[in-house]
Amino acid sequence: MDAIATYALRLGDDSLILGQRLSEWCGHAPALEVDLSLANVALDQVGQATHFLNLAGELEGEGRDGDALAFRRDVMDFTNCLLVEQPNGDFAQTIARQLLFSHYQELLFTALTASSNTSIAAIAAKAVKETSYHATLASDWVVRLGDGTDESKARMVAGLDWMWRFADELFAMDDVDAAALKDGVGVDKAALRPAWDARIDATLAEATLVRPAPRRATTGGRIGHHSEHLGHLLSDMQFLQRAYPGATW
Amino acid sequence: MYTTDMSGKKKAEAVTEDPALIAAFEARVANDEFIEPKDWMPEAYRKTLVRQMSQHAHSEIVGMLPEGNWISRAPNLRRKAILLAKVQDEGGHGLYLYAAAETLGTSRDEMTEALLSGKAKYSTIFNYPTLTWADIGAIGWLVDGAAIMNQVPLQRTSYGPYARAMVRICKEESFHQRQGYEIMMHLAAGTPEQKRMAQDALNRWWWPSLMMFGPPDDKSPNTAQSMRWRIKRDTNDELRQKFVDITVPQAEAIGLTVPDDKLAWNEERGAYDFGEVDWEEFAAVVRGEGPVAKERLQARQKAWDEGAWVREAARVHAEKRAAAKLAAE
Amino acid sequence: MSDPSKEWPLWEVFVRGKGGLSHRHVGSVHAVDAKMALEHARDTYTRRMEGVSLWVLPSAQIVASDPGDAGALFEPAEDKVYRHPTFYKIPDGITHI
Repeated sequence: MDAIATYALRLGDDSLILGQRLSEWCGHAPALEVDLSLANVALDQVGQATHFLNLAGELEGEGRDGDALAFRRDVMDFTNCLLVEQPNGDFAQTIARQLLFSHYQELLFTALTASSNTSIAAIAAKAVKETSYHATLASDWVVRLGDGTDESKARMVAGLDWMWRFADELFAMDDVDAAALKDGVGVDKAALRPAWDARIDATLAEATLVRPAPRRATTGGRIGHHSEHLGHLLSDMQFLQRAYPGATW
Repeated sequence: MYTTDMSGKKKAEAVTEDPALIAAFEARVANDEFIEPKDWMPEAYRKTLVRQMSQHAHSEIVGMLPEGNWISRAPNLRRKAILLAKVQDEGGHGLYLYAAAETLGTSRDEMTEALLSGKAKYSTIFNYPTLTWADIGAIGWLVDGAAIMNQVPLQRTSYGPYARAMVRICKEESFHQRQGYEIMMHLAAGTPEQKRMAQDALNRWWWPSLMMFGPPDDKSPNTAQSMRWRIKRDTNDELRQKFVDITVPQAEAIGLTVPDDKLAWNEERGAYDFGEVDWEEFAAVVRGEGPVAKERLQARQKAWDEGAWVREAARVHAEKRAAAKLAAE
Repeated sequence: MSDPSKEWPLWEVFVRGKGGLSHRHVGSVHAVDAKMALEHARDTYTRRMEGVSLWVLPSAQIVASDPGDAGALFEPAEDKVYRHPTFYKIPDGITHI
């Protein structure tokens, strides 16, 4: 797969894995209204994944579509960031993941609306509004939990602490990113970092939370070196297609 | 469908209500008018509506679980999105119904407590497990099919908030049954293993779906009152017959066999003769002894318990902010 | 036992689906404050709609007329038929009126 196809693949994998994680909450959220909120975000992510993965398959030009990519690759070929494959944990851990990711995704998609690849630009343009809502929702919940009870604060701190080691990877630029940027297809993700920091810091401040201490970044997702979680997620997600090769559903 | 009371007990009404008020109320209902939250209503009516609406709501919420079980394993992206949207819809429907029930003086938390304690019931069907992907097809086709037959008449039920919730729900239901049947159609025409999966699902979901319509008419003492109050339009047996008549051809059209050796078209009646429902099984499930009744309530209890700190945090946060705002003024 | 003081209050939701239409009451949601009420209203009642306008209002703040007063509040209008266009006899052939 060339750099541009891989670029689309990464966007699709991020959304796919996050959508998968969020849909685990369906029927189990802290309140019915929250169940609907999380399901909305999950649906939006699955929708984005479908578009990006189909595009990646097209760009690859070897007959694979979004489903083939989603259901028949193993961990080494998945290119999502480590952040999105993290387990849901409790609601605070889920919201911590959402905070870091959605603000990144909103900034990213806003920039991608200017992509020279018209398909990527179109998908991004369509997704910006919903992503903006996801970011607001996440921030609002971080504030409620951070500045709620002692228990919620402790859990929010723990959630952010869990996820913080995966933040740097979001903004890392490698060869694929460099090639995409050169073509005008991709964006300079490192350049998004200051805006992201400002948003996160603003949310944390309002939530009366302290920014987690800097720490060594854990990376590897983009080159297929994932956490232990992804394998389990995939074996569940991909089971039917693997158990019944050749069947259509 | 939502208010099966097997106890056979008639609770004595402690309150004697003014017969003139009762007569006026019954006349309004007979005249196809809608009763709104603050209108005078007999206590029995209010109680019946609260029970029916809250149990209908509980059914939607518990109903998220059997299908929710397969979201993570949906076999392609389209099916995943459709199933997620369907289950989310069910959550939404529960929400509309809880909101309607709350207009009659009960609270969401009170209703939730009644569900978790086992006092309140939910539709028997959701006490059955989803064992394969084909079950998702069977549920959409049969369970939603049965529910739709029940829901369409409720759009004109006498209690305004309930009727309006049902209109909303019916609008959103349109794709639920279709997606289920489409899954079954595809499986039945698929590989031998898929066809076997589909037939097996039909075998397991057929009779419980017939049970959704409740006990036989001669064991349903409240039918007359429910029909008068426009909570019911057809009797249990009438709906059950209609369901069989509509669904059997749908099964045949996709090459599946309904698991009833007594099933036979009766030319004279212009309807299907069919076998007897296992009323022992039905009674047991109503009692709370369904195959996965424990799993369902455990899941709801867990969500409730584990969500308590979240609900509390949000509440405390809002209080803090409101107090700060007041202090600043 | 459920503690009413711990419950999230109830809010009524009004949605305007399209420009030019009025807001319609669509139901209620539970929320701790206005911000959450709007989020929940959006996620519950506008899942399939774009560009809608939402109003949310704590249920406890709605002031309603008493159905028992319907006579006093509304019946006088029944006498005043001249407010209704059908009262006036317009000759045939005159359109748009």
